[in-house]
Amino acid sequence: MSASSLWLLFLAIGIGTFLLRFLFIYLFGKIAMPDWLRRALRFVPAAALAALVFPALTHPSGHLDISVHNFRLLAGLGGAIVAWRTRNVLLTILVGMALLWILEMVFGI
Amino acid sequence: MRINKDFYAGVRGTLPILIGVIPFAMITGVAAVSVGLTFFETLGMSVLVFAGASQMVVFQLMAAGSPWIIMVLTAWVINLRFSMYSATLAPYLQKLSTGQKALMAYMLSDQAFGISLSHFVANEEVNHRWYYFGAASTIWVAWQISAIIGSLLGALVPASWGFDFAFPLSFMALMFAALRDRPTVIAALAGGIIAVLAKGLPYNIGLVLATFLGIAAGYIAEEMKTKTRVAQ
Repeated sequence: MSASSLWLLFLAIGIGTFLLRFLFIYLFGKIAMPDWLRRALRFVPAAALAALVFPALTHPSGHLDISVHNFRLLAGLGGAIVAWRTRNVLLTILVGMALLWILEMVFGI
Repeated sequence: MRINKDFYAGVRGTLPILIGVIPFAMITGVAAVSVGLTFFETLGMSVLVFAGASQMVVFQLMAAGSPWIIMVLTAWVINLRFSMYSATLAPYLQKLSTGQKALMAYMLSDQAFGISLSHFVANEEVNHRWYYFGAASTIWVAWQISAIIGSLLGALVPASWGFDFAFPLSFMALMFAALRDRPTVIAALAGGIIAVLAKGLPYNIGLVLATFLGIAAGYIAEEMKTKTRVAQ
């Protein structure tokens, strides 16, 4: 990706994101957010983040691998327990990365 | 314009959660460098976008060689939640000029929203605009400084460490924080499983598809729950 198209990418994402942040503050009193939309948006973080996480664990090198040889899946499940109990981003990363390194050191080639 | 005391209250209210914000911003900086962005590109993106989860997603898509349009669409989808925050905070920010509203909107983050709203619910007397401004600007400044530090550190982290695994791990912690009841769990399960099944689709479009179907699953689950309650 060339440097100029990279800046266009940031600009496109940035402008869209700004509008998402600004729209309903600006439109308050003029147009209210429809109730169905408000209820649907509640599910965006859960659905979007899960859609990122699951394939990253099941497809570590591009193809489906659900086995004990998939260290990212195993380390990810360990990280999931930490994430579930603590909801702490830093702790989840530390435990998940540590598990991955240990698995690769002990069982890796 | 005199700074209101509630500005400082907003700053103070934000300090404890900076423990979570600072490392995440630093990791975003490290990740940016790991996919080949320069220092200025990292800083530019951080200022223009200022939305960590979507930035991490873009890095992941960049590493996978996804097309431009997919990166933009996916980032927008991840950031759709801001419109919900915006609608919820809107009544508290109405005494401002349009320019001031734009500044407040630009600085809107998950944490600024969460802290401000919970404070507003518990304290009726607070000056909402100033409290929110204190919280949001503190997070913005902490984020940018941490991202800069991260991008400087990023050059020191070799690829063999498998640092890209920090992306799904960070999303995982954010995902669990978003699971509040049965419908949100259903939305996550549906989104995740469909994303796995749709992994083979071209251009990484499976991610956007799975997100929308996950939202639909959560919505339907909630509708059914409400109907059951009405029927009883």
